[in-house]
Amino acid sequence: MHSEHREPLIRISKRQGMPFWRALGIRLIAVALALVVAAVVIFAIVHMNPIRVYLSMISGNFGTKKRIWYMLRDTAVLACIAIGLAPAFKMRFWNIGAEGQMLVGGIATAFFMINFAGKMPTPLLFVCMLLSALAFGAIWGWIPGFFKAKLNANETLFTLMLNYIAIQLTAYCVSKWENPFGSNTVGTINSQTKIGWIGNMFSKGNNGDFGWTVVIVLALAVLMYCYLSYTKHGYEIAVVGDSRNTARYAGIRVNRIYMRTMALSGAICGFAGFLAVSAVSRTISTSTAGGRGFTAIIVAWLAKMNPFIMILISALLTFLDKGAVQIATDYGLNEYASQIVTGIMLFFILGSEFFINYQLRFRGKHEKAEKGGAAA
Amino acid sequence: MDNENIQYAIQMKHITKRFGSVLANDDVDLELRRGEILSLLGENGSGKTTLMNMLGGIYYPDEGQIFINGEEVTIASPKDAFRCGIGMIHQHFKLIDVFTAAENIVLGLEGEKGKLNKEAIHKVIRDISDRYGFEIDPDQKVYNMSVSQKQTVEIVKVLYRGADILILDEPTAVLTPQETEKLFAVMRNMKADGKAIIIITHKLHEVLSVSDRVAVLRKGKYVGSVDTRDATRQSLSDMMVGRAVSLNIDCPKYDNPVDRLIVDHLSVRSKDGVLRLDDVSFTARDGEILGIAGIAGSGQKELLEAISGMQTLEEGSSITYIDPKTGEREALDRLDPLDIINLGVRMAFVPEDRFGMGLVGGMNIVENVKLRSFRRGRSIFTDQRFPQKQATQIVDELQVVTPDLNRTPLRRLSGGNVQKVLVGREIAGTPRVMMTAYAVRGLDINTSLTIYKLLTEQKMNGVAVIYVGEDLDVLLELCDRIMVLCGGKVSGIVDPRQVTKEQVGLMMTQLGGESDAQ
Repeated sequence: MHSEHREPLIRISKRQGMPFWRALGIRLIAVALALVVAAVVIFAIVHMNPIRVYLSMISGNFGTKKRIWYMLRDTAVLACIAIGLAPAFKMRFWNIGAEGQMLVGGIATAFFMINFAGKMPTPLLFVCMLLSALAFGAIWGWIPGFFKAKLNANETLFTLMLNYIAIQLTAYCVSKWENPFGSNTVGTINSQTKIGWIGNMFSKGNNGDFGWTVVIVLALAVLMYCYLSYTKHGYEIAVVGDSRNTARYAGIRVNRIYMRTMALSGAICGFAGFLAVSAVSRTISTSTAGGRGFTAIIVAWLAKMNPFIMILISALLTFLDKGAVQIATDYGLNEYASQIVTGIMLFFILGSEFFINYQLRFRGKHEKAEKGGAAA
Repeated sequence: MDNENIQYAIQMKHITKRFGSVLANDDVDLELRRGEILSLLGENGSGKTTLMNMLGGIYYPDEGQIFINGEEVTIASPKDAFRCGIGMIHQHFKLIDVFTAAENIVLGLEGEKGKLNKEAIHKVIRDISDRYGFEIDPDQKVYNMSVSQKQTVEIVKVLYRGADILILDEPTAVLTPQETEKLFAVMRNMKADGKAIIIITHKLHEVLSVSDRVAVLRKGKYVGSVDTRDATRQSLSDMMVGRAVSLNIDCPKYDNPVDRLIVDHLSVRSKDGVLRLDDVSFTARDGEILGIAGIAGSGQKELLEAISGMQTLEEGSSITYIDPKTGEREALDRLDPLDIINLGVRMAFVPEDRFGMGLVGGMNIVENVKLRSFRRGRSIFTDQRFPQKQATQIVDELQVVTPDLNRTPLRRLSGGNVQKVLVGREIAGTPRVMMTAYAVRGLDINTSLTIYKLLTEQKMNGVAVIYVGEDLDVLLELCDRIMVLCGGKVSGIVDPRQVTKEQVGLMMTQLGGESDAQ
């Protein structure tokens, strides 16, 4: 038996919540630490001046007006997908099919842009593009919701498999709409007429800015926040997510909520596809989603389903991504080397969450305080 | 002092534990002697489980010392607790369903290098079982076991690890009376073998029948201990609540009760086709508490769920609600809970499994109160102010202890407070029919009395109350009529003033009970 009286060196206990500014402080310290550690690593591996590397990352994001807009644009699209995932995840419905839902939305958008440009009034064309993208995304989301409701089919596998169907469907459409013939790409749709393009908000010329995309996604974030926090639907989703039986007990028809919420989740992801085609790339390919449907899962969870924080996380991930590319081009580095830097950053930022949620208590420290208290 | 002759298995000195601003244990001293059974008694939220968790290595005390066999020790983890010879059997079992009893028992032990010597393990398990009188099949999978078998596995598990101090946290809450007797017999055998045992329980008659000494906690503080032979139910409950509590429950009469809910030929099958309710018929009346008695699992759960619209009924079943204003008869069979709400039938239901059904553990009190009122208004938004007001009222009137109404998730509150929130919410919906299943399970006397009082108030307000209970003494005092269920059938509906506890007990175990034989 151990006879010596010994308190564990470190004890971990959950915090009862922390003021906002302190949590922010911890996060800032984490970023600072990450910068220091990454600097050491940069110097050790590639013998470069870390400060110049960091400046290069910043320049990759904010170096020119165009880069700033690209950064904002990619942030917005990523956030849009994450916002789409939020209601499903809040319901504890593992929708990992954003990739596919986004693609079918993109297909629908491209279909109208290619086939009906000039054949109907442009405002009507936009309405068709938008509604069809929403509808296709909604259907793609509703299908796994339906099977979950009726047959209790595992939604994780179901949504994942639907991604592959969507990718094949896209490949088929690309082969149909190929332009120029034989290129096996769709090319820029309506490159002459620019019909069906969501264009600039502030400037003239091609891709001068992506103001509309940013504004739309910001509005979407506000709407989703209100939907989840204040509406009856949002409340039902939260109850279903915590306990299906309690939901049933309260007269919430769980199966209906599954289908409704998944249709909504899919529709917003389809909307992200609409943005990607109409506002960003003006083309469609199997890489239109480009893995962002999966990255958005991380975004949604890190943000704990809060749409505003999703925007911040999306911005961070986009910043790191663009920075990595910039380092690679500026210094002829292998892109993997620059991704080490982003990896270190992410590690510290995620790690800081631990210190926000838990506190460490070291041996001896508080005992003194207590003795002081007892003496008083 | 004669203290010098007494050998202590455990001495806890000046133990203090805080959770945020809540003081769970305040300068508690507790002693457990070798070879004795000590009952730890206290109201809900009085800090019993917290105190025991510090012995089990789940929590670490903020202040104070623990001595095991006279030596000061540090218990920072369950592993440390085992090393000190302390085995804890938690209220909620911590077993792996797909493993056998033996596999669960040796789980986490180092054993021989990379080898699982099944025969040796089985032999040890058999030895332990024989010595103390357990019945256990080492090869049985946990998912095939009854609750009491699972509990046996938990106890054998700690004995296998060489525990000579056992802590049982409300072990009888889930057991039938017969199983409880068996457990007590085993505990006495262990005591005779020199083990020291602490048992947490609310049931005073169990305290009196099994323990040698009783230690009482009140609001986190240690009140004192008495030898069981010097204690009575009354003296213990006085110590627990700090003042004399009358155990008499009032049962006032309501003038001319009217039929409110008519259940006729109700039959329900479980998912695997077993008949859980078989041709049950009864009437619930305004201003009456209809008690439902029966051994656990006799169809009580299915009955209440069927009435609230959560079960699929067999052909020929009917549930009829009589509208108090118009006198119209509404058929509730074939309806789901939402249909019933939309019909304007105000039904309150306090289910047995609070977090599994009825409450949302991750949400705060206000959001849980909202569960019954979130549909108010035609707007797409939920009304935020109304549930806030209701929640504040419930917390005030029922004295719910919570750090923060709007922040603290319900799961973090103690069992009694959780139940108060649930009952408070259901009553706040001004029901016409109120159903409760084991509304006082796991609650201390004081909280239980509060609940009885609330139910009686509801009754006197003209609500038809259906009370599923397990304590026959309470059922007989509280209810206006008692329906006894036995294996899903109605064994009889009796007037509690006309029968004895023994008669009802007999009806629970055989259809019709004595009355058939006469």
